[in-house]
Amino acid sequence: MAGRVWKFGDDVNTDVLAPGIYIKLPLEDLASHCLEAVEPNFASDVQDGDIVVGGVNFGMGSSREQAAQVLKALGVAAVIAPSFGGIFYRNAFNLGLPAIVSNEIDQIAAEQELKIVLKTGVIENITTGKQLAGEAVPENLMDLVEAGGLVPYLEQKLNKKG
Amino acid sequence: MGQSIAEKIIAKAAGKKTVQTGEIVTCAVDLAMIHDSGGPRRVKPAMEKLGVGVWDPAKIVLVSDHFAPCTDAESAAILKLTREWAAEQGILNFYDQQGICHVVTPERGHLAPGMFAVGGDSHSPTGGAFGCYMFGIGATDMLGVLVTGETWIKVPETIRINWSGQLGTGLAAKDMALKMCATLGMDGGGYQAIQYAGETIRNLDMLERMTLCNMAAELGAQAGIIEPDEVTAAYVEAAGGTPGDWRDFQSDQDATYAVTHEFDATNLEPQVAAPHSPANAADVSAIEKAEIDQFYIGACTGAKLGDLKMAASILEGKKVAKGKRLTIAPASSQILTQATKQGIIEILLDAGASLLPPGCGACAGYGVGVLAEDEVCLASTARNFQGRMGASSSKVYLASPYTVAASAVTGHIVDPREVL
Repeated sequence: MAGRVWKFGDDVNTDVLAPGIYIKLPLEDLASHCLEAVEPNFASDVQDGDIVVGGVNFGMGSSREQAAQVLKALGVAAVIAPSFGGIFYRNAFNLGLPAIVSNEIDQIAAEQELKIVLKTGVIENITTGKQLAGEAVPENLMDLVEAGGLVPYLEQKLNKKG
Repeated sequence: MGQSIAEKIIAKAAGKKTVQTGEIVTCAVDLAMIHDSGGPRRVKPAMEKLGVGVWDPAKIVLVSDHFAPCTDAESAAILKLTREWAAEQGILNFYDQQGICHVVTPERGHLAPGMFAVGGDSHSPTGGAFGCYMFGIGATDMLGVLVTGETWIKVPETIRINWSGQLGTGLAAKDMALKMCATLGMDGGGYQAIQYAGETIRNLDMLERMTLCNMAAELGAQAGIIEPDEVTAAYVEAAGGTPGDWRDFQSDQDATYAVTHEFDATNLEPQVAAPHSPANAADVSAIEKAEIDQFYIGACTGAKLGDLKMAASILEGKKVAKGKRLTIAPASSQILTQATKQGIIEILLDAGASLLPPGCGACAGYGVGVLAEDEVCLASTARNFQGRMGASSSKVYLASPYTVAASAVTGHIVDPREVL
């Protein structure tokens, strides 16, 4: 996959991704408030296929999976960070949003174009021509990516059984 | 090689003798705890799509707490859906508007040492106080558990945190938790398992142990766990649960720890975390005397019976400062009953506090008591991310119930030992 970069700092938390006061609203309304506390234009300007690059502990905090779901709903294709909040990381894959661990995000800037190979974790910075290392997505999570998330994965599994 | 308590519980749930850290295993889930926000309303559509019901209604605890009681038509609809789903799925343990899941679940005897449990909420590590391996997962992850009774886990390393020394007067587990956030950071737990140990921990009652395990979430750990002892067994038994073979769930002498951190409670000062992170915690003496609009004692972290007692010990015979508001949301109905019988509620109300119904209240900005633009709050809750308790420009400081109550008397942040 390839896309344009939005770059954020460390500790982007679930309350700024999916603010609690809007959590009972329909997903598209909640999504319109995604990251507004730190980047007011994000929800309106983000485009299909864009890639969010964050600092350490991206998605820390709540278990609310809307934090990953709003990114997906806004068209974000993948999230890259040196480390993720553990629950967010699981949620992202369950919803079909790949999360890639990479310690080389200092070589990525906003607006640049990236290409990611999930199986190996290799990130190509198309803008600079540099190849960056990331962690390969574990096999059990690649199964989820390929199915499009946990629900379609379970659907396939249950149908096979049936 | 020895195993830690976390490894022993995971191995048992995975049907293996031992597990290796880093290994991905599938575990049978002993208990799945869900609430009104991340539960029925989120899993129902997918369950209908899959055409399946829950794997075992007896192993599910459903608690309505985030939107309870409802504040508008939207939250009313969420609670209605929650009740209908509970009836459809035959959920035996449904606690509707009885308090917060992390507190209601153990106080009704559903947790026991050695259990492998998941909760649809990030503060699920609270269950580790009871010697369970319990962690938070999102709604779709929970859906997987509800229909299969299983989940996967990457066996975590165990991080040992030893506490020695005796906590001083006016100090609480909350101060210990904030101190750890300041020292280790919000990713200090690295999504591994934290085991709290040492004499200070042994001397804490179950409610205080819950506060510590609860805030393992703020350390970025998957779970926080304390080896069960007689104190654990007595609580579980009194709650109507079965402590079982709790002596089997202890870390081996030669267990391997990724790292061992040492903390001393002896000279610990009350801690206050400045906005917008628990990791901003510092000694109260080093925190600027910020003006506060709302003082809040609430949440699974900070409104258990012990927390209300702490607040009452400060507020007895005193008044909340003029022009300020102290809002208290007891963590459960059972706590509210006990606090009423013990005269604690009367002390709090006499001091000028306003009482909210048991539930998550304003903590996550879902319920009543939220903040307006630019308002500042001092709260006994766990988390103070930007905009969490209401408007995005509002600010939240975190502290112990002692510090919140004492500061409510003066109107600004103070060392509770000056008021006690």
